[in-house]
Amino acid sequence: MSHEAEHKEPLIRMTKRDAMAPKKAWLIRGIAFLGALLTGALLILVLGHNPILVYKDMVVGAFGSRTVIYETVKLTVPLLITAIGISFAFKMKFWNIGAEGQILVGAVAAGYFGLFMATVLPKIPLVICMIVSSMLAGGLYGLLPAVCKAKWGTNETLFTLMLNYIALAFIKFLMNGPWKAKGSSFPKIDMLHKGARLTKILGVHWGWIVALILVVLSWIYFNKTKQGYEIAVVGESNNTARYAGINVSKVFIRTMFLSGALCGLVGMFQVAGADYTITESTAGGVGFTAITVAWLAKMNPYGMLLVAGFIAMLERGSNTIQTIYKIPASASELLTGIILFFMLGCEFFITYKLILRGRKEEQDA
Amino acid sequence: MEETRKLAVQMKNITKTFGSKVVANHNVNLELRQGEILALLGENGSGKTTLMNMLSGIYFPDHGSIYINGKEETIRSPKDAFALGIGMIHQHFKLVDVMTAAENIVLGLPGKVMLDRKAANQKVKELADRYEFEIDPTKKIYNMAVSEKQTVEIIKVLYRGADILILDEPTAVLTPQETEKLFAVLRNMKKDGKSIIIITHKLHEVLAISDRVTILRKGEYIGTVDTLKTNQSELTEMMVGRKISLAIDRPEMKEKKEILKVIDLTCLNSDGVKTLDSVTFSAYGGEILGVAGIAGSGQKELCEAIAGLYPAVGGSVLYESEVDGVEVKERILGLKPDEISKKGISMAFVPEDRLGMGLVAGMDMTDNVMLRGYKNNKGIFVDRKKPRELAQKLIQDLEIVTPGVDTPVGRLSGGNVQKVLLGREIACQPRVLIVAYPVRGLDINSSYRIYDLLNEQKKKGVAVIFIGEDLDVLMDLSDRLMVLCGGRVSGIVDPRTKTKEDIGLMMIKVADQKAEVKE
Repeated sequence: MSHEAEHKEPLIRMTKRDAMAPKKAWLIRGIAFLGALLTGALLILVLGHNPILVYKDMVVGAFGSRTVIYETVKLTVPLLITAIGISFAFKMKFWNIGAEGQILVGAVAAGYFGLFMATVLPKIPLVICMIVSSMLAGGLYGLLPAVCKAKWGTNETLFTLMLNYIALAFIKFLMNGPWKAKGSSFPKIDMLHKGARLTKILGVHWGWIVALILVVLSWIYFNKTKQGYEIAVVGESNNTARYAGINVSKVFIRTMFLSGALCGLVGMFQVAGADYTITESTAGGVGFTAITVAWLAKMNPYGMLLVAGFIAMLERGSNTIQTIYKIPASASELLTGIILFFMLGCEFFITYKLILRGRKEEQDA
Repeated sequence: MEETRKLAVQMKNITKTFGSKVVANHNVNLELRQGEILALLGENGSGKTTLMNMLSGIYFPDHGSIYINGKEETIRSPKDAFALGIGMIHQHFKLVDVMTAAENIVLGLPGKVMLDRKAANQKVKELADRYEFEIDPTKKIYNMAVSEKQTVEIIKVLYRGADILILDEPTAVLTPQETEKLFAVLRNMKKDGKSIIIITHKLHEVLAISDRVTILRKGEYIGTVDTLKTNQSELTEMMVGRKISLAIDRPEMKEKKEILKVIDLTCLNSDGVKTLDSVTFSAYGGEILGVAGIAGSGQKELCEAIAGLYPAVGGSVLYESEVDGVEVKERILGLKPDEISKKGISMAFVPEDRLGMGLVAGMDMTDNVMLRGYKNNKGIFVDRKKPRELAQKLIQDLEIVTPGVDTPVGRLSGGNVQKVLLGREIACQPRVLIVAYPVRGLDINSSYRIYDLLNEQKKKGVAVIFIGEDLDVLMDLSDRLMVLCGGRVSGIVDPRTKTKEDIGLMMIKVADQKAEVKE
């Protein structure tokens, strides 16, 4: 009887899986990664290079020597902290895509102290001022859309996106006007005073230690504290939150302040630890890449640590192969894109399964 | 003659599993004759809807075959089902709110780029006249009552030329009077030669409308009987698997004390329309106050206004309590839920929307049980130990079927979800317990368990306010019955001295009283 049904079944069906065993999920991720490498290899072959050598140089370019490891870590830190910051908002389904702007205002606040107070204050109070001011600036910048959403129900996605452009325009204004470097014909801001540059620990500014601490702290905050619990309830259902006596507006505002503050802190690290100045590319897309990081890690801070490191490695590696093989930047970005596409795409196969004609569902499970 | 009539639908040995564990249907057979009304009877979770979803192309069976009008067919999608003349009216309506009835009905049908609204309206009207539907084709969906929306869904299916109609629990949202109207329409369709399957778990409806009954239990096919040759107790036994008594207990309590007093409560919705109009009543400890009314008569607003979730423009809600040994009445209207509980007032509320308001679907039982009291311990950290113990206790006491306290409650069946919710609320040891539609979608066993739990609370001296929809249950369970109509109280009666028809009239009567007042 089932024989008759076999050739009449639709070719492919899609069903949602029960929770999948972690081992199997990782197997799928592994296969997807291999698939990405193979597809990428085709691209490299078309460009006329040996894929194995190119891949090897990507890894070497990211981890091959002390200097490049420092560079990779330097890329990881902002990605990781921003991803953690974003996940505060994302956990309550508040779509904060304004991390770029929050990073920039944090950078400006920290830059103010770094540029103009460095000669007045000794190093430790100066750095504390930079930390506090950048977090305050980022937090307040994140607060704005939260207050408007709580009061008037505005759309936070558009709101935070637009704030990015405002922050960027403000930096351009500073570069061309009030903060323009003296004697420069070019619109740019001075380099930070030496006293304001962050101390290096094991070769990289100490932001990496903060990032690691934040991973642990944010995990505890999300999973063990009352405020973290409130975020989760608000994210699942505003109505349930109200029913349980949670002040939804308050949670929005408090959480967005924290989210923005962490992003603002990233701005400080970028200015005082990496670039030593403020430019239009101080945020440099970190605020958007961090969204990918947070989603790939499913809002788990420990996962974000891995994903942020991985993406930083891809970025470093693609820079290296550009110089070694004279591969155009667009092509190496394409390669990164392919790998990310496969990694994001495989999550679909972890959540759903496809059943080919004639197969029985039980076999798969 | 009966045997020679052709079969509209024949489903043979249908099996459907979800994942590796859940067997929704196992070797189920079903036969629908042309021009008959077949009731598909079974408790919640017995696989009725799954079976019908396979007939209407939403799911695809793992095994088994389907014959339509004697020919074996493969139904891969709802489109295939429509091509075979099969149309299903789901429990949850799929209509576009801002469009008119006629626009919704023709939506998605092939046709010219421009929609000929006049022709569509005309054709809808013809269909409505033929089967005696009451509908205005130009009315927008958002202006419609639930029963009207259902009518639109039915016409939508007929418009597409369906001969085989499947209705999934169509009466769950209707008043007794509306149900009668629907049944009249169904009989008209039957006369016209349509074959109809009606999914239900209400026995008296089965007996009132169907020609034959097919019974499922836990995904298994139990049998098919002629309606005329069966009765309620036989059907119950087939459905539940054993004999059970359908009588609802109503213990008498001697001592009754006023705990909650609602005076002239008036609420407006966002359009400025009165959703509650001078509602006045008292709730006594040791009593179940039933609240009856057509869906949308202000039940939801009443519960939520008392619980501090819906703004009121006037009136008062007083809560009886003791301060230093002196009895006082405290005003609680306008307070937020957390402010109410901060005052030490123990009021529990089981909302209508269990997973959207009462519980968090994606969270496990521990986290859901915690929802009420997570603020109670000191410090910034949550204490999951006690909620976890409580969750385990609830699983035992209320016989909740779940893989464990770590399973998201959204994965549990409706009855178990309700037990989690009600169990949590009762665990707060409330003095007032408001329950809205607590047995909606529950099977017989779970429903009676819920009635028992409510009676237990009543015996403890709790004032229970029970918002219900099944009039039979309301009249058997309540000590007093308040009837709402259009946001007004049309009366508070002793259900022992009234008939179902009396109550049905009160559910639509206040409008007349208004007219009298105007005179």
